[in-house]
Amino acid sequence: MRQIAVMVGQRLALGLLTLLAISILIFGATELLPGDFAEAVLGQSATPETVAAIRRQLGLDQPFWVRYWAWLSGALQGDFGASLANPDRRVADMIGVRFGNTLFLAGYAAAMAVPLALGLGILAALWRNSVFDRGVNAGALTAISFPEFFVAYVLILWLGQSGWFPTMARVPAGVEMSERLWRTFLPALTLTLVVTAHMMRMTRAAIINLLASPYIEMARLKGVSPLGVITRHALPNAIAPIANVVAINMAYLITGVVVVEVVFVYPGLGQLIVDSVSRRDIAVVQAVALIFAAAYVLLNLAADVVSTLSNPRLLHPR
Amino acid sequence: MSSLIGKGLSRRGLLQGASALGASALILPAGLRPARATPQRGGTLRLGLGHGSTSDGLDPALWDQVFVQMLGACLHNYLTVVAADGTLEAEVAESWEASADAATWTFKLRDGVRFHDGARVTAADVAASINHHRGEDSESAAKPIIAPIVEITTDGDDVVIFRLEAGNADFPFIMSDYHLPILPAADGRVNPDAGIGCGPYTLQTFDPGVEATFARFDDYWKDGHAHFDAIALYAIIDAAARQNALMSGEVDVIDRVSLNTVHLLERAPGVKLISVPGTQHYVFPMDSRADPFTDNNIRLAMKYAFDREELVRTILNGYGVVGNDHPIGRSNRFHADDLEQRMYDPDRARFHLREAGVDTLRVQLSAAEAAFNGAVDAAVLVSESAARAGITVDVVREPNDGYWSNVWMQKPFVASYWGGRPTEDWMFSTGYASGATWNETFWEHERFNEMLLQARSELDEALRAEMYAEMQAIVRDEGATVIPVFANYVMAASDRVMTPEVIGANTTLDGFRAIERWWFA
Repeated sequence: MRQIAVMVGQRLALGLLTLLAISILIFGATELLPGDFAEAVLGQSATPETVAAIRRQLGLDQPFWVRYWAWLSGALQGDFGASLANPDRRVADMIGVRFGNTLFLAGYAAAMAVPLALGLGILAALWRNSVFDRGVNAGALTAISFPEFFVAYVLILWLGQSGWFPTMARVPAGVEMSERLWRTFLPALTLTLVVTAHMMRMTRAAIINLLASPYIEMARLKGVSPLGVITRHALPNAIAPIANVVAINMAYLITGVVVVEVVFVYPGLGQLIVDSVSRRDIAVVQAVALIFAAAYVLLNLAADVVSTLSNPRLLHPR
Repeated sequence: MSSLIGKGLSRRGLLQGASALGASALILPAGLRPARATPQRGGTLRLGLGHGSTSDGLDPALWDQVFVQMLGACLHNYLTVVAADGTLEAEVAESWEASADAATWTFKLRDGVRFHDGARVTAADVAASINHHRGEDSESAAKPIIAPIVEITTDGDDVVIFRLEAGNADFPFIMSDYHLPILPAADGRVNPDAGIGCGPYTLQTFDPGVEATFARFDDYWKDGHAHFDAIALYAIIDAAARQNALMSGEVDVIDRVSLNTVHLLERAPGVKLISVPGTQHYVFPMDSRADPFTDNNIRLAMKYAFDREELVRTILNGYGVVGNDHPIGRSNRFHADDLEQRMYDPDRARFHLREAGVDTLRVQLSAAEAAFNGAVDAAVLVSESAARAGITVDVVREPNDGYWSNVWMQKPFVASYWGGRPTEDWMFSTGYASGATWNETFWEHERFNEMLLQARSELDEALRAEMYAEMQAIVRDEGATVIPVFANYVMAASDRVMTPEVIGANTTLDGFRAIERWWFA
């Protein structure tokens, strides 16, 4: 168990370095974009004087390193600064609710997609090359091949316009859980359809790969039922690749769903970062980008911990 | 009944018969017709708006799009307001008068207008509210339009005096600009982020980029306005999502109906389209300092090479009218009605090319969807129609991001748009006067600039009409902007939403005042 603790510690430290590197990258990349906050917010009605006044007021006339250092020293103390657009609103408050919304939707979609993908993957491996296997494969590949917004519009047409589910996934503060689940069902279902195929096919492939091993043949000769062979003997050894692909898809559910958010008018982080990039609102961009990067770091770490735990050879090295 | 159905009268036929009866009711003499329903109070109006950003705030100096403009109309009142018929109405001001040279304007404030916190609106509040946009450190987008104000003084609690650097007969119109609401002041300064105003609704919640909710202000001074109990504004950027929200009944009104799918919405049950021809127009400015556009013949050739009717038909799906290369809309007071309409004429275009001493012409046209919906398609159509006039137009697709800082007024020939202004002087002096910040063609015309100044301080309406007509002709024939189309404001509402007979054409959503002028049946 000590190894695990050491590994988690090392990886977290490396993760912090990664976040630091990413913060420099994002800051620099935003700097390279044409225009700054003052020009972006004034748009067509910008005049040189008003642009200069806004820059002066917000310190945008300072050189790059000065601004980065000011941001970094604040961030190290846990203060991610204020939005350029609304100096009264701290970035942490702005992000709080939306981060909760994003986690909720990602969790909702994962709660549907992961069991579905694993179940279908196991069944497809069990009845491989059958009509069921081919049907599930074809269905999953079809769903993943359509762009998300198309899947979303088809669901709106079938399930939304008939009045069964709302097409606007607004979640006012203080609604009950059951209503919240009902209101966000369509975006969650869209995401489920988009991520299931990847996990399902990886589960199927990992299991089928193992089915050719001698120990599986042994189990079969012992008289273990086909389902037992897969769930008791093959699956435990297939956990590592499956955990990895689940982690990647979970990270995607947190970071990559802006299109679904736009179609269903769901106030999540994706919409926030797109807005903030187009306005060059650097403090918000930084904070959201760091959340996204942290999601990747943590989920990958979790996947590695799971694969280590599932493999006694890694857990007890000689 | 069954025998009727047997003869082929379906349920649909019956309904059609019934609506025919309904139609005949409409042609009864006016005295027999039921009066247009008087506005009812009550209900929550839910508006789905095509704008809204997480960087939106309560400070009017930085307002730039419909979400915050509507928020302003809910929270605030202005000195004056443009009425639905295009005339100017008093709002916080009760009356105003000008000195003989139109350079000093005295506004008398209305009695009994209160802020949401109960305080009376005084002259000091008005002065501070306008001063918020003036001065060295002003970040306000309204700074250029109120730059001519030299001094603001108050006389007692209800008289405000504006002294301008030169006469301006339309000054009271400027006071209706959406950036200039009246805010409560303390010690000569306003707190722009407080969210308190003297408008019809009080702010309940505001989540920038998502929604804002309001409740009716009980002490609102206007009678027969603000019929809804509450207002909810939702930012729904995606056009299809907006349309879906209306059709599934999650909002009552949407703006910016996508013109690509408007014909589908026309057929949707329980939904009506509201299309208002206004001042909004799409333009293609040419840099008059850059070759080849320095030559007016080249500019005229370009103007004749635009197939305006085709643009209205395809880009606007019929929801608009052709433009006549000047920025004054048909709903404006001094629109020159008898100016001949310029049409697509490849032969005239070739003629002007020959006058300019060339046989063919090759230009680059920069466009992005940021300029207006369908700008890139419009540019491609233009290159087709111009090709028949011997002009090669290379369409350069520019990124939306940074379009207004890197392309507009930087590249020589671009796509752009104007929301339009309620007065001729305002429009001309913002976009066409010599040295104006947004003179997007860098156009200089001595006679035009002279007349602009003259007409501005002229108080005789007939004389002004004459001058503005001549100026429209000058811009049309010698200006550097192609103005092929005026786009309607196209909104859609559920059948329950009732509107007055005349809907404001100065901006979308009844001059942003749908929230206090409309009601539920």
